[in-house]
Amino acid sequence: MATASIAKRGMFARPIAPTGLWSWITTIDHKRIGALYGVTAFILFLIGGVEALLMRLQLSQAEAGVVTPEAFNQLFTMHGTTMIFLVIMPMGAAFFNFMIPLMIGARDVAFPRLNAFSYWTFLFGAILLNASFFTGSAPDVGWFAYAPLNGPGFSDTGVDYWILGLQVLGVASLAAAFNFIVTIINLRAPGMSMMKLPVFVWMTLVVSFLIILAFPVITVAITLLLFDRQFGTEFFNSAAGASPLVWQHLFWAFGHPEVYILILPAMGIVSEVLPVFSKKPLFGYTTVVLAGIIIGFMGWGVWAHHMFVTGLGPVANSAFAISTMFIAVPTGIKIFNWLGTLWGGSIRFTTSMLFSIGFILLFTIGGISGVMHSVVPSDAQQSDTYFIVAHLHYVLFGGALMGIFSGIYYWWPKMTGRMLNETLGKLHFWLWFLGMNITFFPMHFLGLDGMPRRVYTYSEGMGWDFWNAFATVGVFVLGLGLLVFLQNVWHSRKNGEAAGNDPWDARTLEWSIPSPPPHYNFAQIPHVYERDDFWHKKYAEGADGRPVRTVQGAAPSSEEHGHGHNIHMPTPSYYPILLSAGLTLIAGGLVSHISVSVIGGILALFALYSWVFEPPTAPETQTAGPAGHARDKRRGGGKR
Amino acid sequence: MKEHFPKFMKETHLLGRLFLRRGLALGLLLAFALLLLGCYPDNPQSTFDPKGPVARNQLTLFWVIFWASVVVFAIVAGILIYSVIKFRYKGENRLPVQVHGNRNLEVLWTVVPALLLVAIAVMTVRTIFELDEAPSDDQLIVDVYGHQWWWEAVYPQYAVSTANEIHVPVGRDVTVNLISDDVIHSFWVPKLAGKEDVIPNEANDIWFRADEPGIYLGQCAEFCGIAHALMKFRVVASPMEEFEDWVASQQAPARQPANDEAARGLAVFNSKGCVACHTTTGGFDTAEVRDARTEGFLTGQPVTHGPNLTHFATRDVFAGAIADSTEGNLRAWLEDPEEFKPGNRMAALAPAFKDPSLRLSEEEITALIAYLQSLK
Repeated sequence: MATASIAKRGMFARPIAPTGLWSWITTIDHKRIGALYGVTAFILFLIGGVEALLMRLQLSQAEAGVVTPEAFNQLFTMHGTTMIFLVIMPMGAAFFNFMIPLMIGARDVAFPRLNAFSYWTFLFGAILLNASFFTGSAPDVGWFAYAPLNGPGFSDTGVDYWILGLQVLGVASLAAAFNFIVTIINLRAPGMSMMKLPVFVWMTLVVSFLIILAFPVITVAITLLLFDRQFGTEFFNSAAGASPLVWQHLFWAFGHPEVYILILPAMGIVSEVLPVFSKKPLFGYTTVVLAGIIIGFMGWGVWAHHMFVTGLGPVANSAFAISTMFIAVPTGIKIFNWLGTLWGGSIRFTTSMLFSIGFILLFTIGGISGVMHSVVPSDAQQSDTYFIVAHLHYVLFGGALMGIFSGIYYWWPKMTGRMLNETLGKLHFWLWFLGMNITFFPMHFLGLDGMPRRVYTYSEGMGWDFWNAFATVGVFVLGLGLLVFLQNVWHSRKNGEAAGNDPWDARTLEWSIPSPPPHYNFAQIPHVYERDDFWHKKYAEGADGRPVRTVQGAAPSSEEHGHGHNIHMPTPSYYPILLSAGLTLIAGGLVSHISVSVIGGILALFALYSWVFEPPTAPETQTAGPAGHARDKRRGGGKR
Repeated sequence: MKEHFPKFMKETHLLGRLFLRRGLALGLLLAFALLLLGCYPDNPQSTFDPKGPVARNQLTLFWVIFWASVVVFAIVAGILIYSVIKFRYKGENRLPVQVHGNRNLEVLWTVVPALLLVAIAVMTVRTIFELDEAPSDDQLIVDVYGHQWWWEAVYPQYAVSTANEIHVPVGRDVTVNLISDDVIHSFWVPKLAGKEDVIPNEANDIWFRADEPGIYLGQCAEFCGIAHALMKFRVVASPMEEFEDWVASQQAPARQPANDEAARGLAVFNSKGCVACHTTTGGFDTAEVRDARTEGFLTGQPVTHGPNLTHFATRDVFAGAIADSTEGNLRAWLEDPEEFKPGNRMAALAPAFKDPSLRLSEEEITALIAYLQSLK
């Protein structure tokens, strides 16, 4: 059959080189994709951080002239958009990618090529969004882009970049979310029932469902907006009689679940880290999982608390005040269960643990100020002020990012095979803990003293000088912490202590295999009998309820089972990155020249067609033999 | 039974303990000290210095939820700090008892916070309805238009209008109808009331009452474009007689130029096209005038609705209340409005600033200032 022979040979030979640039470009290994996600998100974190630094310099004193008003508006728009869509979400995705298959005892995600496609689409979307800086017209309407300011007549092509960038990023997030749902539900190791899943995996599942339900809302909203801007429709055009509030309802119906998309992965990480370094199982596993699911549901019923001052009326305001207050209940349950985990434990203050403990403290502040905002009459003073900026940074920096860095320090040895330096790590933690409070705590005062958000300047008599200068100092402390982290990573690259399989005496399956894991992960798919199965292989419960080390300990799993010679992993492919490039070119052409879109369309069609007819695994002749062997050596061989 | 922890974990626990104990305690003390330092009732837009019933009710509720928050945070932080000190690894070689949970405790920390929230919800909902509408029937009505980037206040009961300065009598409920023809703004005078958004095609309103005379600063609180930070205004609360005097001064017919300089200024005003956007001939701008000018902007004409200048000289501030109406400021504004207030519409649209051949000379600016200052 004609198609079969094309499929067999393909347009190009399959890319099977185990090392080098092409092996990364065509990789479909979830661990490499996870690493790509992490590194990319980290670089974007630096970009978003520089944007924040410039803003803080501009606001460090009254009537400063560090940046122009146009530039300031672009900076806060891009800072918000970058940190949310290009940093915190993809950092979560980095852990989903790297860790989920390892934690559930799988060899890869369900759709490895789709996974590669997600990453490249994310990268190209990020580039498209940031390309707007080079055209001199970055989006300048805030990450929420309220109508009608986002419409024609009020804003420039920057908004088109914002729309198209988010559309491309949305495709990436949706593809990844479907992939993880299928992976988590279908690829669990035998015996690993849903209620034996690690909490991080559970939170990933909840987040993935939130993504596939929330992103269509923003997709529709920005498609309508694109029509308004490009084709003269009037969905949000108030001059033609439309209500701009429709945009806000759509945006926040996406935007509030998005908040939980950002925070739940961090909650999952903390739920893994606290038990390991307390030497106790998670307190109330079932409750923590249920609370996460309940947050996922309730997150859909609170969006209008972003709109308390838009005149929805007392009945709607009361309803959303109540729903917002009560989403604090499942959140509180989680916090108390984490405290319960610490209670009676044997607590090791590793860097990862410090970040998790810091997370609890800082996220609690952010959560409490969140409840303060649900009190509508007092929120009327706080809404759109620096009080909100303080609140959201306690949730997203003190919460999400501290959780993510807890995860980085926790899983780094597993990912790289080398330990990070603990002293530098602790220095990093304390600099961040201090810097974060110096930067963001005074913003509570500024807000209550009447300083609105998104202002590029303020005049001298307002009394805001001191705390603004104070907050700017904090940014430098945070920057210093970041440098310490970078130094730590650089140092560990060559000089880090070898990690071994299980440096933390941890509980979950990923620690039962070598670090870094071989490309096939598990030589033999494990059979799971217990929650925290790996721990139970190492310890039995003594008569006094304390764990007793079993005689054989955990059987070192993959080593003596033949180095995975007979394991067939899917073969790398050119088409995911080509399809991503095609899609992004289609979008990019809409803001530059239509011929670019046409080229992108042709490329996308070609890539899609070729992908469909490409078998997941190349014919035998291509995988067996030296290439497959070399890969084994490289990934797992040297570290024994 | 020996433990299998890596060496460095044993070595560093002491460091961590020291850091944690001192660091956290210090941090908390510092945070609380900052908290007390943070309230500045003297600041012009402080929410801690309410001058009317709306802001006062909002502040009362704030203090209730604030202290509830402090208690909750103290409990969480207290348990956390106690745990990490008490249950730190002290070199013991037994592992802790493996507790998996406790049904009763978990019910406790579900129910107790929920009850606390019920109490807060009841107070919140009650205050929402209490503050929804002004209690009195005899209200002053002000139609406030948010424009990019200045405020227009129209008094339908008195047929007067002004810009950036809203005069109200002390002790009388004021209901402000919030109207926008362009983008969303937000009306906020922290000492009188929390904010309410000004949204095109949405009939929003807000009420407040000033209990004592004073000048209360306000500012747009919803991002509305490039000059959002420079969209300020003020509420001038004065005793009833003073307010009535003010109304009378605004109702007076337009002044004729008092001297030759001002007369030259009027000629410049008319010849350089200022008159396309600004009224100086009395009365207040009708909806038709306003709509026609706004339409001009939306369709790309060099016209938009600018402040009514009939009684310009009675106002202390101009250009979105960012500057006092002094001669020096007016000169700086007329010489280079873009520099004075980046992004403003006059710099972008007015022929006198777009077209170099129509540029205002020094003499013309002097005459214009004389004219503006004669508009009492």
